[in-house]
Parts: sequence; C-alpha cells; structure tokens
Amino acid sequence: MKLDTTLETPIYLQIAAGLEDGIFLGAYPEETQVPSTTELSVSLQINPATVLKGVNLLVEEGILYKKRGVGMFVSKGAQEKIREKRQNAFYEGYIRPLVTEAKKLGLAEEQLLKLLERGYRE
Amino acid sequence: MNAITCTQVSKTFKDIRALDNVSLSFEEGKIYGLLGRNGAGKTTLLNCITGRLFPTGGEIRVDGEPCMENENALRKIFYMGQQELYPEEMTVQKVFAWTKLIYGGFDMEYAHALCEKFGLNPKKKTSKLSTGYRSIYKLITALAVDVPYLLLDEPVLGLDAGHREMFYRELLESYGRNPRTIVLSTHLIEEAASLLEEVIILHNGRVMCHKTCEELLHSGYTVSGKQSEVDAFIAGKQVLSQQSIGGLKTAVIYGQPEKHLPETLETGRMDLQKLFVAMTEENGRDFS
Repeated sequence: MKLDTTLETPIYLQIAAGLEDGIFLGAYPEETQVPSTTELSVSLQINPATVLKGVNLLVEEGILYKKRGVGMFVSKGAQEKIREKRQNAFYEGYIRPLVTEAKKLGLAEEQLLKLLERGYRE
Repeated sequence: MNAITCTQVSKTFKDIRALDNVSLSFEEGKIYGLLGRNGAGKTTLLNCITGRLFPTGGEIRVDGEPCMENENALRKIFYMGQQELYPEEMTVQKVFAWTKLIYGGFDMEYAHALCEKFGLNPKKKTSKLSTGYRSIYKLITALAVDVPYLLLDEPVLGLDAGHREMFYRELLESYGRNPRTIVLSTHLIEEAASLLEEVIILHNGRVMCHKTCEELLHSGYTVSGKQSEVDAFIAGKQVLSQQSIGGLKTAVIYGQPEKHLPETLETGRMDLQKLFVAMTEENGRDFS
C-alpha cells in the first residue's frame, strides 16, 4: 500500500482505497482476515485513529465486517461490490478529467475517440 | 475525561514572556504534535507541566489534580528532555533500574529487547554515549515506563534515518498495545506528520493553532499560474506567502480551495512542514 500525504485525498481514504485494492486483486480473499489496525498503523507508520477511520469506512460499506474479539474480515461478495463501486466512479474519476485535459490540449472529440480506439488495440 | 489541562498558563523570565496565556489539553490516548519555531515556548511548556518550572500565572492539572508539587499527578507523566539529569557515572541499565524505582511500572524485558534492536549496550555509561545514543537510551526508557502520559521533547535528535524509522515503528507498536497520551515535540515535522492525531502550534509563547492533523493539512493550499490571474484570485484571501518566478506566481492560501477555480490556475496541497513554515513566518496571526 502506498500513501502520499501531499495528495488531495485524505490519508484515511487512501488507506480505505489501499485495502480495497488488496481485496479487489485477491490479496485479501473473501471471508479471510485483513491486517489489524495496529499492524497497518505500524507498517504504514500512520496514526491508528486515521487507520481506523479508513477501516470503518469499509465496514459501513459492507466490504469488511468485524468479528468480535478476532478482527476485521472481508465480507462475502466484497469483490463484486468494489467492482460496481469503481465502475460507478469511473466517469467522475477518469472520463471527466480526460475530457477536460483533451479540451485544454485542443483535441477534438473525434481525435479523442480515435485515441481511445488505439488504446484498446495496443 | 482524563487529560493534562493547561488553563491560561503564563511564564515570564525577567522581561521575556515565554508563555502567554496558554490554554490547551492533552487528552487521554491521543498522539499530539507540539510544534513551534525555535524559542516558541515548547520546552518551557513541557517544563511547566512536569513541575521543573513554576508558571507565573495560570494552572495545570493532570486528570483533574493540580500538578504543582503533586507527586501523585507528576508520577503519571514521563518527560524525555534534552538535559542529562543523571550522574555521569551512571550506566544505561542503572537508569532503567532507577526509573523502575521512581515510577513503579517499568518493562525491563522490553527495555533490554529495544537496546538490542537499536544496538545499544546497556552496560555503557550514559555520559559516554554519542548524541544519537543519548536520545536512544531516553527513548527506550520512555517506551518501557508504564505511565499514561509521555512527553517527548525532540525525541529523534541525532538519530540516523534508520533509527528514526525504527523509533516511529516502535512507538506505534507500543501505542497499539497500550494506547496512551504521547506528545511529540519535534522539528522533523514531515517525518512525524502521519503519526499525529492532533497538532498544536505554539508561536511566540501563544497557541497559534490547535486542530486535528487532517483538518490542519486541509486548511491550506497553493495556487499557481499567471501573475495577474493569481493576484486577482488571491485578493481578499488570507495569503500566507507568495513567490514569483518571472511571470509565474505561486501563493499559499489559508482556507479551503473553492469548488470552481479558473481553469488556468493550478491548485496543490501543502505538506504539514511547508504549511507550518508558512503559518509561522509572520507574527501575530491566529489560526485557532
């Protein structure tokens, strides 16, 4: 997990995104335990309260769940949930900035579409 | 709630006002960053809290009890400072033993394990240690002593990069096992930034700012672009600093960036250190 304190995104969101990545890529399979707050805090060198805020976000979204006295586990169906969430965020996160930058560079719509086609072919 | 609470604490040395009406609290179980330029009053404040100096005015309480000449309150605080207070002939392991006697709770096994990790021979005399290892033996003492409040003044002074990282790691591990109040007063702000839950900035003896670290990080931003456009944009805003290189201008603004910025301007985030420097560059500002 890589964190960057100079980014616009607050650290706790970066931690949530990092855990999500791990789940999405299968590093933390469903129904298995994710690293504890202390483990994450020590290895990332981040205040535990910040880590907890990120972890709790995933609990709220139903991606993680808490087993009392044991720790945090990956929910069943978490991977699919993340895929859906990321598909929904794709337009705001990728398409809009792409179009903005294309406009700044003076690329016309057809030119952008051509570039996209090229991206698929390569 | 349990806390160290300072209420309108002032400390005057002859005609110098080192602390001026400082009110703040260090609450139970949080990691604080106590920041300030040289001479801002950080060490004076810590000395007042631990009874090494008597405030000229105001009051300091520990879990509700006044700390002045109060053994019961002071016993809850371990203060790691710059001074060497032990006799020259004293070895590191003797310091551990004395700390155990004075404070009661001290994890000797943990202290020796840390000595091995940091490569410190506990049989050495403290006066024979290098600057770095002097900090290290004090840090180890601080981590091993069982008190609810740790005040660490320049804890990483003289430590090399590897040892500093090791210390941050050990601090978080110890905190994970036993969350207690830790106050870090440091000039190496960027390194420690992510460990902090709350940040207090002292400036000229006053509390300039007390916020959660996250809030503080999001209370300033940079904007850059063509000189005339930047000038127009920053008019009426709280500008912390500005710099021009040729026709390109960058300004640091205190506040939240607007949702819709002119497309020709670029905004960026500040790290804690840069923000701190910008905030403390001039006198008389208040960011609380």
